[in-house]
Amino acid sequence: MRTANFPLEITQELLFSKALHEGVINRQTQNYSLQTDKLNVFIDNQHILKDIDLRIPEKSITCIIGPSGCGKSTLLKTFNRMHDETPEVKVTGRVVVDGLNIYDSKTNVIDTRKKMGLLAQRPCPLPMSIYDNVAFGPKIHGLRKRKSLNQMVIQYLQYVGLWEEVKGRIRTPASRLSIGQQQRLCLARGLAVEPHFILGDEATSALDPISTKKIEELFLKLKEKYTVVLVTHTLRQARRIADYVVFMYMGKVIEAGTTEQFFNHPTKQLTKEYLSGSFS
Amino acid sequence: MKQIRAIKERTARYVMLGLAIFALVLLVVIGISLLIKALPIIREKGMITLLTSSDWRPLKNEFGFLPFILSTLYVSLIAIAIALPLSLLASVYLNTYASGKVRKMFQPFIDVLSGIPSVIYGVWGTLAIVPLIANHIAPHFIEFSSGYSMLAGGVVLAVMILPLLISILVEVFQSIPREMTDASLQLGATKWQTVKQVLLRKSFPGIMAAVVLSVSRAFGETIAVLMVCGNITQMPSGLFDACYPLPALIANNYGEMMSMPSYESALMLAAFLLFIIVLVFNALSRLTLVQIERRYHL
Ligand SMILES: Nc1ncnc2c1ncn2[C@@H]1O[C@H](COP(=O)(O)OP(=O)(O)O)[C@@H](O)[C@H]1O
Ligand SMILES: [Mg+2]
Repeated sequence: MRTANFPLEITQELLFSKALHEGVINRQTQNYSLQTDKLNVFIDNQHILKDIDLRIPEKSITCIIGPSGCGKSTLLKTFNRMHDETPEVKVTGRVVVDGLNIYDSKTNVIDTRKKMGLLAQRPCPLPMSIYDNVAFGPKIHGLRKRKSLNQMVIQYLQYVGLWEEVKGRIRTPASRLSIGQQQRLCLARGLAVEPHFILGDEATSALDPISTKKIEELFLKLKEKYTVVLVTHTLRQARRIADYVVFMYMGKVIEAGTTEQFFNHPTKQLTKEYLSGSFS
Repeated sequence: MKQIRAIKERTARYVMLGLAIFALVLLVVIGISLLIKALPIIREKGMITLLTSSDWRPLKNEFGFLPFILSTLYVSLIAIAIALPLSLLASVYLNTYASGKVRKMFQPFIDVLSGIPSVIYGVWGTLAIVPLIANHIAPHFIEFSSGYSMLAGGVVLAVMILPLLISILVEVFQSIPREMTDASLQLGATKWQTVKQVLLRKSFPGIMAAVVLSVSRAFGETIAVLMVCGNITQMPSGLFDACYPLPALIANNYGEMMSMPSYESALMLAAFLLFIIVLVFNALSRLTLVQIERRYHL
């Protein structure tokens, strides 16, 4: 219940206080659902992410922006420990999710991943039917009852607005859906695992404008219940849907703030240049 | 300029089309010439009798092919039954679990294994597998076996097709997009769950193709099988029985028995049957593949 009457002003102040970015860490972990402490990532001994200290406010949309190659995807992957799958990547520092450092040797990867629903750049349905795609997560986590599975599939397909479009053919291959529908299916599939966070890595960059709008509307709906972190490829999208914006450059967080603050009163020179389009 | 390019384009296309047709024609020509040579015996005995009879007494002019056909099928079946699970495990390991270093280290071994002449596999079979079966395996089940048996043939064949299977399967798995297995992992699936429910599922057509290729190879493998199977004309009824596959029959008797016209024709029929078995097997597996793809939404 703490989350419900959580004072938002304080969040912003803590998240974006100067002190924080100069490395002074306020240790009130339990107030933050997702935060990173001195997070560094090395790939093949190259320093990709440098001392990332971030606090992502709960139940809001945080957009990560920055030029291509600055490390946005790499940062997102530290949140669900997908770097574990690539041996040449080394992660140091802490990522604290719901008060638990997910890089602690005692933390279970599967539990961490269950908390994170990820929407990738291109939708990637699993090689099975629409129904089985949504039921995949619940099934591997042990749900066997037909009835509950059916219910879940319908519920989440309805949530992403796909049910009416596919209800006559949920047993047909998911790969036959349009790209936009596939992305919403992937969202439903992620939601069926009942995560706490929704991560998106340029989740609309492969989609047409109408599908993009649908997904953006879903993100706005999702933030009522989930904490949403999105890597966005366009500034316009961040302006449209973000509550908070994080600007990264060359593996560092340059500036972070509320959307209003960030776009209207950027403090760093680099941010101003990026916003004015001097580089991208 | 543009015209020259167009001409080149067209020429290349026709040349390639021509080569493709040539391959097809070659196949038909081989089939027909075998059939023509086999016709005398077919005319004399009738196809049904030849296929269903188990009496093979060339001197009495009796030619029943059933033992040879069954031997060929059984030996190949045993080989794939042994080799497929092993190669699946090995290639899943190499693809999913092994580090890049281990994978690179393994590649040359697999290449060398598939390059070893089959006669060496045959020698190894007679020196290692045959005694092993005769002294250690068969005694648990039956009174006596010389070791020269269907099982020995199956094992030697399995070892022979193993590198082929592994290298094809590794490639099949590599062709599955990383995003797909990642999607499964991101949902909290373990590696093994991902392998079972995503990787193997998505690779199913590729796995089938690998099986077809290696079984076709097993059907036709001659020398190694000939060295360990025992080559006794009888209806094979147990793993430890000697058997006599079609390629061994042809290789053992070709040349020597040609003085008897009916025997020559019978050997040609043996070759033709082998040819048909491979063709039918390929066609059938292609058909089932289409069915499976349709049913399982691949
Ligand atoms: N698997 C990898 N191997 C080597 N370098 C990588 C790998 N993944 C990412 N990088 C490097 O890390 C940097 C950040 O990449 P990424 O996080 O994908 O950037 P962004 O998502 O912001 O475009 C890039 O310079 C990229 O070359
Ligand atoms: Mg990226």
